Amino acid sequence: MLADFGFGVLVITFVAALYSIGAALYGHFSKRQKWVESARLAMLLTFPLLTLASLTLIYLLVTGDFNVKFVYEVTSRDMPTYLKVTALWGGQSGSLLFWSWLMAAFATAVTLRKWERDREFLPWVIVVSSLTIAFFLLLNIFFENPFQRFWQTFNNVEAYTFRPANAIPFTVQDGRGLNPLLRHPGMVIHPPMLYLGFVAYVIPFAFAVAALITGRADDRWIRLTRRWSLVAWLFLSLGLVLGGRWAYDVLGWGGYWAWDPVEIAAFMPWLTGTAFLHSVMIQEKRGMLKHWNMILVILTYSLVLFGTFLTRSGVLSSVHAFAQSEIGPSFFIFIGVTFVSSIALLIYRWDLLKAEGQMHSMFSREALFLLNNLLFMGILVICFWGVISPLITELLTGQKVTVGPPYYERAAGPLFALLVLLMGVAPLSAWGHTAVKSIAAQSGMELEKRYVIAIAKLMWKPAIPAVLVLVGLLAAGITNIYALIGLTFAALTASITLYEFWRAARARGRAQGENLFLALWRLAGRNRRRYGGYTIHLGVILMAVGIIGIEMFQSETQKSLAVGESIQLAGYTVRYDSLAQFPASDGRLVTRAVMSVFNKDGQFITELYPRYDVYSDGQPMTIPGVRSTLADDLYVLLVNWEGVTSQIAPFKVYHNPLVNWLWLGSFVFILGTLIAAWPEQEREVVPAQARKAKAVYQPGD
Amino acid sequence: MKKTFLTLMVMFLLSLAWVGSASAQDANPPTDDEVNAIAKELFCPVCENTPLDVCPTEACKQWRDLIRLKLSEGWTEAQIKQYFVDQYGARVLSEPPRQGWYWLIYIVPVVLLLAGVYILARAYQSMRATAAAEIVPIEAASQSPASRDDEYLRRVEEELKKRS
Repeated sequence: MLADFGFGVLVITFVAALYSIGAALYGHFSKRQKWVESARLAMLLTFPLLTLASLTLIYLLVTGDFNVKFVYEVTSRDMPTYLKVTALWGGQSGSLLFWSWLMAAFATAVTLRKWERDREFLPWVIVVSSLTIAFFLLLNIFFENPFQRFWQTFNNVEAYTFRPANAIPFTVQDGRGLNPLLRHPGMVIHPPMLYLGFVAYVIPFAFAVAALITGRADDRWIRLTRRWSLVAWLFLSLGLVLGGRWAYDVLGWGGYWAWDPVEIAAFMPWLTGTAFLHSVMIQEKRGMLKHWNMILVILTYSLVLFGTFLTRSGVLSSVHAFAQSEIGPSFFIFIGVTFVSSIALLIYRWDLLKAEGQMHSMFSREALFLLNNLLFMGILVICFWGVISPLITELLTGQKVTVGPPYYERAAGPLFALLVLLMGVAPLSAWGHTAVKSIAAQSGMELEKRYVIAIAKLMWKPAIPAVLVLVGLLAAGITNIYALIGLTFAALTASITLYEFWRAARARGRAQGENLFLALWRLAGRNRRRYGGYTIHLGVILMAVGIIGIEMFQSETQKSLAVGESIQLAGYTVRYDSLAQFPASDGRLVTRAVMSVFNKDGQFITELYPRYDVYSDGQPMTIPGVRSTLADDLYVLLVNWEGVTSQIAPFKVYHNPLVNWLWLGSFVFILGTLIAAWPEQEREVVPAQARKAKAVYQPGD
Repeated sequence: MKKTFLTLMVMFLLSLAWVGSASAQDANPPTDDEVNAIAKELFCPVCENTPLDVCPTEACKQWRDLIRLKLSEGWTEAQIKQYFVDQYGARVLSEPPRQGWYWLIYIVPVVLLLAGVYILARAYQSMRATAAAEIVPIEAASQSPASRDDEYLRRVEEELKKRS
């Protein structure tokens, strides 16, 4: 009964979304504002309606109504309540509903703002958002209904939305339960973060389309959606980091990222989103790259859909699974139609989006930002092709192949290294611009040379620590050329960025009589975007150090041990002390080993407890015992898949140098994003005269 | 005569070395690390995108045991990999073989990347063509409202100069 109610709400929401599209179009073309307003209200309605539908499903999940197929698939009686709630996104149909719910929340938040100044955008923002919501609801209603119930028909039990003739409801005794791997806290919040990132990117896209259709060539749409893009980016980044952490904690392969197509599906919109985040600054400041920004935001939207499609349609297991999956073809059509029509729209408005400024030099800020975009797009191409090409060759040859980590690492590695370097140099070019002019005064040098000299002048001081790092690494006997290049670039960029902070804070501190920390704080407060950005850069560098550490210097060994025996790795000795098996409160059977860890000098450091849990449905989960320090992680696995007995147990030990910096860096990264995205009051447009008087700069701002 | 003796001697020594290594293998069965080193480079033929060295399924355990067996029989890494390819197809390799249609996988990204570089280079070039005439516009640009930021940077720069 309640399930039917939930389904009914979904249908009503779908109708409301369709209505808002129609009303917005009609209102726009007949120039009747009333209809646009009606469309807006209809779209506002989707959020409470979807909240109702989602709460209904959550209620069914929590109360364990196993008559409902979805409840049966993702929950079981022994699961704690919070897991029953989060099981909402633990399966296909529920996560599609969750997607539309979040999308409706964002669309509502957007349409609640004051629209007086941007009235012409409104109908088109409504059309795009409602269309996206309607599409996901369509999937839910026609293909993946989370409210489907089990019915006992004449000869068997099947799930249907509506009661078949002569059928009686059938309720299963207990559900299958959530996949154990998804019961980890990281996995509980990882999907919502990704979804939030995904749906938030619909907003900038909606505004971009609105700007294209209405023919507003200025950067108003970018200014309006700047914070949305940042929020989307923040959530997407959080989702990616949490996913990596989850993999590191529960998947038991000693790593955080495996270039799995499912991971890449979420990484691709992040790449275009990051490129977009950078190149919009050029449009805001110079009125250039307008076409490019449109392309980036269209790509991001399409990749968001594409990522959901990849993970949801089953196309990854085989191209042929795609044809069998129910939602695959509709997804494919929707992505195709939205992509082609937005590109067509862009071509139609091409001439309107002429650049207002021009590039001056290869080393100007614009040029370096373009280079940044080229690198991000290069990584995107590598990722996209790595995911798609096996599908294409499968169609051509009929044989499946794997495109694994070696392909991605070889192709994308150098691009990542260049990005790290560029991250240090590009911010300098902003200063270089002014320095160039002073050089020009003294000489008739070529512009290019002047830029090089200006940047070199700014760089030599911060380059000293980088050289020292390189010398230190060589002295420490590190000969891996990739690691040397990567770490030197990272050191250079870090020291340039810190130097920038210091220079500005010192200037401000002296002028205002503030101490360095207060000056730094106020500085960041007054120019959040710049210093938030620099903070993000610092976070990325820390992450890069962690990644270089684990990628280049990870070592591993595996051995079967009798009690009292030990394994040596990277100066550590890990001794197997004992093994115990006991049931946990939720029905898991836990097998836990006790290991003693000794350092190089034979001193006892700590005890580790690698274990594996077997859930009531027989699914195992391997949890490593990890000793984590800033220098390295010692990651010990009880290798249950090789057969564990009380006498002899196989252990795998990983030594992961520096990997903690990856997680620390991601905290700094998120902090930087928060600084950059922290709400500021939108500055109203003021007459030029007034602005001149108001624009008071403080030193080191 | 002397030459023949030398040749025989070398051959004898080589065969000794060979026997020595073979018997060493007999004495020491392959370690887990040796098995994993090969398994790491192979992908599980049944699970999606899981390297064989960390795949927990029973089937994969048997495959690892197979690698161990082949190693103890003196097979090389390349032979074992080829054996898996023959049995289960190219999908067990972490990268597609460089042949036939599979070349597409390697060539397309390079072509696209070069195209990107070319487009960027063209953009720089067209800009450089006008660069000579651009010196004045730079000064002008900093006066335009679009570059308020540069104005601000200039002030900071001035401020820094005064104080350093």
